[in-house]
Amino acid sequence: MQVILNNTEVYNKLDQLAAAITASNPEFSSTVIVGIQQGGAIVSQFLYDRLLKNDPHAGLLKHGKLDITFYRDDVRNKILAPDPMHLPFSIEGKTVILVDDVLFTGRTIKAALDALFDYGRPERVQLCVLVDRKEHRQFPIQPDYTGIAIPSNRADKLKLLITQDNEPQVVLLNQ
Amino acid sequence: MQLSTKHLLGIKNLTQEDISLILSTAQQFKEVLQRPVKKVPSLREVIIVNLFYENSTRTRISFELAEKRLSADIINFTASASSAAKGETLLDTVNNILSMKVDMVVMRHSASGAPHFLAEHIPAAIVNAGDGINEHPTQALLDAFSIQEKTGSLAGRKVALIGDIMHSRVAQSNIYLLKKMGASVVVCGPPTLIPKHIAQALGVDVSYNLRETLEWCDVANVLRIQLERQNQVLFSSLREYNLAYGIGKDLLDSLNKEVVIMHPGPINRGVELNSDVADSKQSIILQQVENGVAVRMAVLYLLSGRSVAE
Repeated sequence: MQVILNNTEVYNKLDQLAAAITASNPEFSSTVIVGIQQGGAIVSQFLYDRLLKNDPHAGLLKHGKLDITFYRDDVRNKILAPDPMHLPFSIEGKTVILVDDVLFTGRTIKAALDALFDYGRPERVQLCVLVDRKEHRQFPIQPDYTGIAIPSNRADKLKLLITQDNEPQVVLLNQ
Repeated sequence: MQLSTKHLLGIKNLTQEDISLILSTAQQFKEVLQRPVKKVPSLREVIIVNLFYENSTRTRISFELAEKRLSADIINFTASASSAAKGETLLDTVNNILSMKVDMVVMRHSASGAPHFLAEHIPAAIVNAGDGINEHPTQALLDAFSIQEKTGSLAGRKVALIGDIMHSRVAQSNIYLLKKMGASVVVCGPPTLIPKHIAQALGVDVSYNLRETLEWCDVANVLRIQLERQNQVLFSSLREYNLAYGIGKDLLDSLNKEVVIMHPGPINRGVELNSDVADSKQSIILQQVENGVAVRMAVLYLLSGRSVAE
């Protein structure tokens, strides 16, 4: 296991992402932030905490978690146990900022969009990712907010991990 | 994370992990059923045939709804309106249906062991929707889900099964499940409706006294008197049964505790349950029905992957 981004680097990227989100979404009352289970939900929680700290109006911002297990396109090859969903608010007419830890082929985001639209019709959807592996995209999906683009091999496994001291790291898992 | 079995034939051969996995997956499907769009695409292009050789309202509608909510394609088969009525054997009927490329079979049959027989002979995944007096696994799973939802947990819970234990597949599946999950079980009813060696065979306690049983339990699962399976007189009349083992509001109010009342349906009102109990706040009978869809979605979802892989 090789550390690609240590916790300081991750925190720096999160600060930049939070600033970028605030800059392009001044109306927090019409914005919701939704993390994709499991890595994206961790990133979105960090982002949400930062937004709350930096901006007095951020209390209006809503935060949820989306699980895409039932929407995966490989469901018939591999059955996975689902994680909890938590969207206790309406997304109708809102700006939804989808958050994921690592953007790779784009399949997860495609499934997340399918899942999201079963909850209502948002005004627009933006995508925020901590790490972009853009050379491996299989769908026409691009992030609106990128923490960092990391060149990688197709077979690499990049993941956001929470260490025992509760610190985030981005790591390259062994083959 | 997957089930240890390819089919759901009964609770008897499930592990504790299987049961926990089904119940936690059902929790997520319950959330799906509360959304604006109550449907997920997970089982798209999976073909499920519902083979009902015995009458059913709740179970059949519940399975059908669960299948539709998962986006599966479904075929309904009712024995009375089919070639089974012309004398075709079970295996022939099913092989004919399978040659049309079916992935899963949900089956109810009046003969105990019918789904087990099919599982040995055909490649599709089989879900037992009730076989004779053997098992009704999805009912036990939805009962467990409802108990967990209402009281917080199964382990340590005191559950009474009251009524016709002898002819009840629901009782048998419930006993297997509750014992595996660490609950204590008492069966209660007239001696003629309780199998003689059930205490040794299944590890439950037996009581013939309704009031004592209700004073002991947290949850009372009241079972239907199955007149259609009784070919001899096992109690003198329905009225007398009601006097000795029917549960009414007066009886419940005279206990110094609140017992949760469950019933798998259909209720014989005025026999095992009086209307003032069936429709009371203590009763979670309609929640059981609602939870049934989520639990069946979980079972179908968890079995669907294996049917294709193998």
